[in-house]
Amino acid sequence: MAEPVANAAAPAPAPGRLRNAFGGVLCAFTLILIGVLAFSIRLFSVIKYESVIHEFDPYFNFRVTQFLSKNGIYEFWNWFDDRTWYPLGRVIGGTVYPGLTLTAGSIWWFVNALNIPLSVETVCVFTAPIFSAIASWATYLLTKEAKGTGAGLMAAAILAMVPSYISRSVAGSYDNEAVAIFALVFTFYLYVKTLNTGSLFYATLNALSYFYMVCSWGGYTFIINLIPMHVLLCIVTGRYSSRLYIAYAPLVILGTLLAALVPVVGFNAVLTSEHFASFLVFIILHVVAFVYYIKGLLTPRLFKMAMTLVITVGLAVCFAVVAILVALVASSPTKGWSGRSLSLLDPTYASKYIPIIASVSEHQPPTWPSYFMDINVLAFLVPAGIISCFLPLSDASSFMVLYLVTAVYFSGVMVRLMLVLAPAACILSGIALSSAFDVLTRSMKFQLSKLFDDGPAISGNGSPNGSSASTVNTSSSKNEKTEKSEAAPKEKQSKKNRRKDKEVTESVSVKPKKEKRLSVLPLEASIVSTLLLIALGGFYVVHCVWAAAEAYSAPSIVLTSRSREGLHVFDDFREAYAWLSHNTDVDDKVASWWDYGYQTTAMANRTVIVDNNTWNNTHIATVGTAMSSPEKAAWEIFDSLDVKYVLVVFGGLVGYPSDDINKFLWMVRIGGGEFPHIKEPDYLRDGQYRVDAQATPTMLNCLMYKLCYYRFVETDGKGFDRVRGYEIGKKHFKLTHFEEVFTTHHWMVRIYKLKPQKNRIRGKLKKLKSQSSKTSSTLAAGRKKNPWQ
Amino acid sequence: MATPLRLAALLLVLVAAFASAARADLVVSRADRKVDLTSHIVRVLTSLKVENAGSEPVSKVLLAFPNIQAKNLAAIRAFGTEGKVKGLSSVLPIEVVEPSGVPPELTFFSASLHKPLQKGKILHLDVLTVFTHFLQPFPEEITQADSQLVVFQDSSHYLSPYPVKVQTLSIRLPGGRVESYTKYGNTKLVDSELKYGPYEDVPPFSYNPIIVHFENNNPFAVAKELIREIEISHWGNVQITEHYNIVHGGARLKGEFSRLDYQSRPYARGVSSFRHLIARLPARAHSIYYRDEIGNISTSHLWSDSKKTQLEIEPRFPLFGGWQTTFTIGYGLPLQDFVFSADGKRFLNITFGSPMEEILIEKLIVKVVLPEGSKDIDVSAPFPTNQWQEVVPHWTIDN
Repeated sequence: MAEPVANAAAPAPAPGRLRNAFGGVLCAFTLILIGVLAFSIRLFSVIKYESVIHEFDPYFNFRVTQFLSKNGIYEFWNWFDDRTWYPLGRVIGGTVYPGLTLTAGSIWWFVNALNIPLSVETVCVFTAPIFSAIASWATYLLTKEAKGTGAGLMAAAILAMVPSYISRSVAGSYDNEAVAIFALVFTFYLYVKTLNTGSLFYATLNALSYFYMVCSWGGYTFIINLIPMHVLLCIVTGRYSSRLYIAYAPLVILGTLLAALVPVVGFNAVLTSEHFASFLVFIILHVVAFVYYIKGLLTPRLFKMAMTLVITVGLAVCFAVVAILVALVASSPTKGWSGRSLSLLDPTYASKYIPIIASVSEHQPPTWPSYFMDINVLAFLVPAGIISCFLPLSDASSFMVLYLVTAVYFSGVMVRLMLVLAPAACILSGIALSSAFDVLTRSMKFQLSKLFDDGPAISGNGSPNGSSASTVNTSSSKNEKTEKSEAAPKEKQSKKNRRKDKEVTESVSVKPKKEKRLSVLPLEASIVSTLLLIALGGFYVVHCVWAAAEAYSAPSIVLTSRSREGLHVFDDFREAYAWLSHNTDVDDKVASWWDYGYQTTAMANRTVIVDNNTWNNTHIATVGTAMSSPEKAAWEIFDSLDVKYVLVVFGGLVGYPSDDINKFLWMVRIGGGEFPHIKEPDYLRDGQYRVDAQATPTMLNCLMYKLCYYRFVETDGKGFDRVRGYEIGKKHFKLTHFEEVFTTHHWMVRIYKLKPQKNRIRGKLKKLKSQSSKTSSTLAAGRKKNPWQ
Repeated sequence: MATPLRLAALLLVLVAAFASAARADLVVSRADRKVDLTSHIVRVLTSLKVENAGSEPVSKVLLAFPNIQAKNLAAIRAFGTEGKVKGLSSVLPIEVVEPSGVPPELTFFSASLHKPLQKGKILHLDVLTVFTHFLQPFPEEITQADSQLVVFQDSSHYLSPYPVKVQTLSIRLPGGRVESYTKYGNTKLVDSELKYGPYEDVPPFSYNPIIVHFENNNPFAVAKELIREIEISHWGNVQITEHYNIVHGGARLKGEFSRLDYQSRPYARGVSSFRHLIARLPARAHSIYYRDEIGNISTSHLWSDSKKTQLEIEPRFPLFGGWQTTFTIGYGLPLQDFVFSADGKRFLNITFGSPMEEILIEKLIVKVVLPEGSKDIDVSAPFPTNQWQEVVPHWTIDN
């Protein structure tokens, strides 16, 4: 082993430095390529469709960014939006995570300051791909801290194209997650970096990065729970050090202070249960630090005595504090936890108590195929990565393992949190692949050099052999040194730290040396397994490209279908929104199910009753109740809300499955949760929602049914619903309180107008007239009858 | 309908009073008017044979229009040739004049002749006038199933300050139903052509109101505002961006819009609507796009050959009476086709108007973005315009 390495490294230290420099350049170049890859793989949506904002939430973010770029930051903080949640309105500045908006707004401002007149929309569309490139660089840094450059590059490359992350960050998917994943990984990197160096500089940066994460996404609670867990793990496993203290204590203090600055978080940063774990661990850390300090001062005997004293007193105090906390927490109805967090801890919670959380498809638990779809071969590589993390276990690698385990749990609860799992899976797979390649190539190198040594060694030249033999010892020691310096972080450190690090790395690097000698595989086996691993990587790349191109690039506001005649475009949503925005009064109120709220305000610029920010359950329930009520009752509810137009999404004509009839059960359930006169069983036949001939009369008379199927039967004469796959129950009916004002080309969006209230006096007169005419006619008949009798 | 009748009565009274005011030395020996009502833009071609019966040479010919027509007058052109037979005609300059002693209800234009008309000579004068908003929908609100009826009001006599010896009026209708028309003697309706006349020896300022009420389902596309941006890049491209705000200017839709009816019987239910517009772009137009503020609009077709590029665009939804929409089309043109240089200066020679066919533009703003550092800017337009210059920050990448 030593000989060939010595041969390679023999010619003086200068080429070694050159090789390092060359390695650095190569590494930087690879990182640039990885960034380009991450950016460009997300452009399928722009190429296949168009440069447009996707889905629902991004439209809100886009609208906020437009407001920000137009009115400036101070107006933004004070923005009260009266175009949504009518008549309540919404304080946008105080209820939105501003990170994404501010980021895109600054990019827009910066680019325009350079006289490149990009529109806000363009900036918003490309924010996510840009940040995914940055996120893959952050992944490189994080993995490098744990397992070195090779693993870092591997992990960055894997993250650049992991489908789970692509699904949330394709061009146009302008959502919080796009920047939050970068912030998440970068915060973890700075934490690990601080843990490795013990530098207060990185600790401060870490708090700032955490602040950015808090600005960006509600998922910051994951950080503020995971890091304390890791700290606790370190303490429990006896890995406490002053570096751990520096890594954690400033984060809690600075981080919490900074988090409280974000209006949407505010005092929640100290008041809600999501943050309590961090404070508890903060206290524990101080206790442990104090114990270590005392331990250093006292003799072992004295220390033992003091220990018992402190533990008894301390335990008593702790119990008292815990009891008070428990009592406080238990007194609040949700135990101090928000609904979403509770549904994380107890996966069945939402479906039992909060239908509005359960109604969102991305809050459902994922199915097994979705794991394969979203992280693909990483699912198989991750266990190997865990094993590799334990060889040897460092603070950083234990953090990786902990991150992975918690992320796996959360992703199992909510399909949306698959996104948090993705970086962990990428990092561990990168580690796994890197160490596998490491072992394989080393054994190949070793075996090959053995093969070559058998040849040239016999006919070998005298002088180099002799010199190499004499320099074996020195060069091998040099080699060790270079390896050490490679393993140690290259950043400038204080001397103290460097010394400590040397100790650590030395203790670390001695072990693998021994193992390296042991783990030499046969040449054939290593070649074959290298090829297999490359094939596996190739399979992963193919899958990722396919996922990016086919599965995740559809903007969902414009649908396409391929038929024999070519591409057919379904652009009904924008057709309807464009109609609304040009042909209704600017202050008209439009009612629809909350899914379409953001799009209606952003694209049609009309006031909506409810939107995707589901903060007021009662208001949503009101709309749900109206949709599931008979026409007259619904008209009254809508009229009381000043609604002028009602918008429904109907897929029955073209077979678009996520339409309002399929979402109807949630309208009934949410409506029934607040207004008990809506009873779910009234709409069910044999426990199923049906709209065919077996449907219940309540179902067939509710507003949603009528608005969806109004004159639908006349299209084909039978009223065959292509989504449900059967003929509808009630075919011919008339609307009395609503009139159709617009239906899109494929009938996917239908807009109705509330008929004005009938003139009451005239109505009375009519009634009177009809009554009088009735009586007169009966009288007349009576008179006529009489003569005959 | 009362107004034109009253106006006509007033005019008839005025005729006597102001007949003397008109210059009696010119006589229109023949006036043939052809009115084209096939689209919503009314084009009137008046062929006049003007004779100088006086002794003095005449250098100006007056053309009179009632104010209500003059208000809607979009363009007026006059072509004149002197002599017995029609030869090569030349464009005559036209200006608004206010001769003394004429009724205030009339607006006068005068066509200046290149050389004065001598005594006894004959001038052939072709006057082309284009009117907008001339056809009034009646009834003003129709349902989806109704077809659109419009009213056209004019005089069967040519309104002129000069006596007219022989005159005819023919009105071309778009075909379809004719609800009613004013019948005088000599009125004929053949196919879709309505003929009045010939009338002989009509005194000056004679106004004889006629009303034609007929079906016209041609697209009443009105651009409330059109902003054209012409951006010149010295990289070899003239980029044109046009922002349209289009409204259907015909009879307003009342009641429901049923997509079912529209799709199953488009010609019976929705005949008054229009769903596409055609733009004739210059040849070699490239990089054509069609979008609105919420993204690309996928319903458009493009044909191109060496002479023109034809773009058919469909708005997101069919436009019924009173419905509006906005969209933007943009295209690039090769620089050498439109910019040429002479005397160390560069000239841009490009049209003001919209490439859309049969569209009426109420307000047109043309912005020409010149490359950085352009100076001595000089504009010549064929008609009066409001002009202003702005200095806007230029692109870093382009230009």
